[in-house]
Order: sequence, then structure tokens, then C-alpha cells
Amino acid sequence: MIIRGDEPEQIRLIKKLYKPGNYFMQGNEAVAYGAIFAGCRFYAGYPITPSSEIAETMARELPKLGGYYLQMEDEIGSIAAMVGASWTGLKVMTATAGPGFSLMQENLGYAVMTETPLVLVDVQRSGPSTGQATKGAQGDFFQARWGTHGDHPIVAVSPTSGQDAFWETIRAFNIAERLRTPVVMLFDGVLAHTRELVKIPDVEEVEIAYRKLPQNEGEAKLPFGDPHGDGIPPMPLFGHGYFTHVTGSTHKENGLRDVYTPEVHDRLVRRLHRKIEQNRHVYEKYEEHFTDDAEILVVSWGVTARPALGAVLKAREEGIKAGLFVPKTVHPFPGERMRALGKKVRAVLVPEMNLGQMILEVQRFVNDDVLLKGVNKIGGVPLTVKEILREIRGVA
Amino acid sequence: MAKEIYSRYPMVKYLRKEALPTALCPGCGGGTVLNAFANAIDQLRIDPKDLVVVSGIGCSAWIASPYFLADTLHTTHGRAIAFATGVKVGLPDKKVVVISGDGDLASIGGNHLIHAARRNIDITVILVNNMIYGMTGGQVAPTTPFGAKTTTTPYRNIEHPLQISETVAAAGASYVARWTTAHVYQLIESIKKALQVRGFSLVEVVSQCPVQFGRRNRMKEPAEMLRWFLKNSVPISKAKKMSPEELEGKFVIGEFVNRERPEFVSEINKLIEEVQEHFGLKGE
Repeated sequence: MIIRGDEPEQIRLIKKLYKPGNYFMQGNEAVAYGAIFAGCRFYAGYPITPSSEIAETMARELPKLGGYYLQMEDEIGSIAAMVGASWTGLKVMTATAGPGFSLMQENLGYAVMTETPLVLVDVQRSGPSTGQATKGAQGDFFQARWGTHGDHPIVAVSPTSGQDAFWETIRAFNIAERLRTPVVMLFDGVLAHTRELVKIPDVEEVEIAYRKLPQNEGEAKLPFGDPHGDGIPPMPLFGHGYFTHVTGSTHKENGLRDVYTPEVHDRLVRRLHRKIEQNRHVYEKYEEHFTDDAEILVVSWGVTARPALGAVLKAREEGIKAGLFVPKTVHPFPGERMRALGKKVRAVLVPEMNLGQMILEVQRFVNDDVLLKGVNKIGGVPLTVKEILREIRGVA
Repeated sequence: MAKEIYSRYPMVKYLRKEALPTALCPGCGGGTVLNAFANAIDQLRIDPKDLVVVSGIGCSAWIASPYFLADTLHTTHGRAIAFATGVKVGLPDKKVVVISGDGDLASIGGNHLIHAARRNIDITVILVNNMIYGMTGGQVAPTTPFGAKTTTTPYRNIEHPLQISETVAAAGASYVARWTTAHVYQLIESIKKALQVRGFSLVEVVSQCPVQFGRRNRMKEPAEMLRWFLKNSVPISKAKKMSPEELEGKFVIGEFVNRERPEFVSEINKLIEEVQEHFGLKGE
């Protein structure tokens, strides 16, 4: 099922256009096809390296499916248009890179506050500033978490390959729809431009989620209420005569602004946090390799998880009891699992293409008696199996 | 008192009663704009269910959002037109209206304004130009007249004001008109035309802010500001024969542009049709 009410037609189109099977494609293309299979029919963006092929693929494919590609005047306008389109019921996405992500931050906060489902793909590139515009990096871990202002929750996912990017994009849409919240996907310039095998499934094998809609007039009148106790309000879409008022200012359950009553702000912002906390089962995901008997744990994410797995496999060949933990949803961090794993090992290595970002999250969950060490590389070239293996041997 | 208001003013049926009274200062032109907009909707018999009103940040952004009873989207500063672009693409059969101020739409939002006009997307923008930043305390705006005093130009404004209607007309809008709050009937007629035009339409309303602008520029009373508008308004037909020097400090009023150009949402849907046709994707 693709667009609510339009499923048979959309399934017919996808079946006709994209035959299941193996394709040789870029990571960026895999993201675009993932979005299409997830039901994304509105893309607004502004070109920026190394994300541009996502826009190009969407511009080429969306019209075939009756979807809309908009090239906006800038990144700020792009995310603004996505929020507007999302309130009409469309599934929406944009893709950008570090500098564009910075420009989108204010409206990302708006989407959090107004509980607007959208998917924002940040194809991380080297920085700060223009940095090495064409090179990959993993430097936006905390920009995704803390880039916008105020107390806010965020969900961010991060794929580790082209194939993974296809499925993680679908998962990002499903999380956004189920939790009525923006979801950030932290991709990177290396995977974005790597061509590899991506298996495209039959569209009917793909599980698609939809946002909750109001079931009656009462629910429609409380677009920011919590009628089901799960913290997720049904979303009364524009154009249905509900007279919904949506504002980024602190608002009551009925949507009307109230910035003067401390309790109203407290109630709203705490619910936004609770919504994410209590629905951990919707988004929490991680991968583990050889963690059962591991003495040395490698914790890695995104592109670096691949050489990390290679290094762990080599270490095992050498008789070193190494294991790998890969958070696929990086925010909120899978802290409980990290804590449990941290208790069983004597050393934790965190390879990343930055000077140490996710390691700070890992640090929160491992005890002081565990040796914790970052394996960091910047300059636009990914870490290699050899480089990570050397560090594993060093602590073995 | 409230009962009296609701029975005496028929346009109040278009307002979100739980949001009243408005936060606008006494003498503000915002009320005139809201009244004119409600009258235009009423006269055209547009069902508010077929309306989505989008606004940004500032006094003028409040005029219709939250006060107008329709789907309303109160957005971030300067971005109303970009949000409205997404709404219009998603709901091509609805009237999408942006009501916001000069600081919001023409300063921080200037980029979106000219590009929406270039794209000629079917959105009606009612831009309330009070020549000052009202809500933030009376700072200079890109529309503040040369020489005027504001809290950030305490000696005098040394920058030249942006001519919004002229700029948007040049950028490619289908319909552009400018009036002042002293030209209420013309304003209603222009809003009606703007709502019916298929393409980007802008109605600029020069409006009084006695509290932040008038007070510092020897026009403390709202009526003084309205008299200033009337005395210095020049119809566009007459303005065409005047020199730039003669037009200094004047408000050129009237219709700047009223033309047909291909509209963005129609074009995007036409493109989709063509592409689906080309690839043989039309339903069997």
C-alpha cells in the first residue's frame, strides 16, 4: 500500500516500473527508491553535494508515479514546503548535506513542535563549513540531535550500505508516520556515491505505515491531544473542514497558542519527549555480531560499521574475541543494550569518521573500568579494515 | 459586550471566537485588513472549508492566524510562502492565502516572495506593510521611509525602502495591487480579484502602526496616519507620468499587473500527465 486511498493504482505503477531483482546502483539512488516504495510522493529540495543524486532520481521518477518534485529556492524553503505538504496528507522527504542541514534546523524544530511527519536525509560531508564539499564524513551526529533549539526529542536512523539505505529509508518513513514526527536519516558521502548491489523487492513485501487520523469530531478538534495515551495525537489533515490551527508557538491541545501559562508549555514539551520515549519499540534497532562471548566490543555506525565488521572478522580469525555493536537508530541511542554489552567486555572501541562524536553517547553507558577508545579519522577517506584491526590488536 | 459584538458584526462568523479578543493594538490597521479579507470571502461566497491561511511571525501574521476560522498554519519567521507552496501542491483545489507583514514576507522572506512570483504558483498573498517591525518593538524595516525614525534609526533612516509591489510585479506575478487601509472598498475588490486569479497574486496594504511608527514620526493618532496615506497616495496611472523625485515619499496605489501566465501547480500536474502518457503508465 502506498498512498492511503490510492493503493491499488500505486502498486500497479510500482510493479510496472520497478521489477524486483538485483540492481547496481548508488547509495543515493537506493535512498530515492526506498522513499518511493515507502510512499513518498512529495520531494522539495535544494541541490547540494553529495546528496544531489537523490533529488535527481526523485525528479525523474516521481512524475511517473503522480508525485511532485519541487526544487525550492533554498533549503529553508524546502523543509517549509515539506511541512505544508505533509499537513495535506502527503508523505514527504528532502535530502541535503551538512550546510543545508544547518539551514533546515529552525524548521526541523517547527516540525517537532507541530508533530509533522517528514523524512530529512542528511548525506554527511566533511566540515566544518564548506570543508571538503565532495568528501564523506560522520560529523553531523550531534547536529541531528541538537541542531535545533529548545528541549526536543529527535529520531535519527543511519544505514550502513546501499541495500541497507533502501530499507532504512522505508523504516524512516514508517517511524515518521507512526510517531507523527520528523525523522532524520544520517547517510554519508561515501555510501552515497558507492555503487553496489541493491536488491529491489516486490512492492507487496514492503510494510508501509500511515499516520493516525482522527476517528471522530472530538479527536479532530484536539490535534495536539493524547486520546489514546500513547502520546501520539491523530493528525487532522488540512482541507477536511476541521479548521485546524497549527503553530510552532506553545499551544494547547486544541492548537491555540498559549505562551504564558507555564503548565501548558510543560505539558506539551514533556508529551513530545514522552511520545518518543514510550514508543521505543517503534524505532529502536541495532545489529550485533559475535557479542555473545566478546571481550573487545567495537561500536560503530553508518559507513564505518562496514570496515568495523571486516576488522572484527579478521580479529576472530586471529583468535581475538572481538564483537560488533551497530546502532541503526542512533537517536535515541540504544543505551540499555549498550549498558548490558558494556558490562560483559573489557574494552570498547568506537571507530567513526570524525574526531569523536558517538563515543560520547557510548561513554554514558559504559563503566569507568572498561577501556574506552575512539578510532577516528578525518580528511574524507573512510577508515579501513586494517586501521580498525590494528586498534583491536592494540587492546587485545 | 461580547454578545453585542457577535450580534452586531456579521463578519464575526468567520472568526475563531475562542481566540478573541485580538492581540492587535487599538488603532492598528490589522483589523481593517481582517475585515476586508472576511468581506471578500463573504462576497465571493467562498466556504472557509475551502481555504487554508498561512502566516509567518509578527503582528500582521496574527491577523488571520489564529483569528480566521479556517485551516490555519502559523509558521516560522519569513517562511509562510514556502510552507504555503507545499500546501497548494497538496491541495490544488483549495484557496491558499498568505497574510503576513512586510518584515516577514519582504525582508527575511524576500527570497520566497520573489521566487513564488517567478514560479507563478496560485497563492494569494496579502502583505500588510506598516513600514516597521511592530511586535519586536519598532525597529527599522526594509520598507521604512527614508528619513523616518525608529528604535534602531533613532536619528533617521538612511536606507531606501523596498518597493514591494513593483518588485513582485517584475518577478512575474499574475496579479499585483497596492492600497492603503484608507482605501477599504478598493482593497476588498482587489482581494476578490486576487483570490480569483489563477496564479501568484499579491495585494499590498499600506497600514498604520500608530504605536510603533506614528508615535515616533509625529502621527500619534491612527487617523493622522490615515490622513497621511490619503494625502500622499498617487494612482498608478498618474504616477506613470511623474518623475522619481516627484514620487519620493508617495504611495503609488492601484493595480500594477493583471495578466495570465502559466501557473505552477497546473504545470506540474500537466507534466505528470505527459510523463505518465510517455511511459505508458496511464490506467488500463
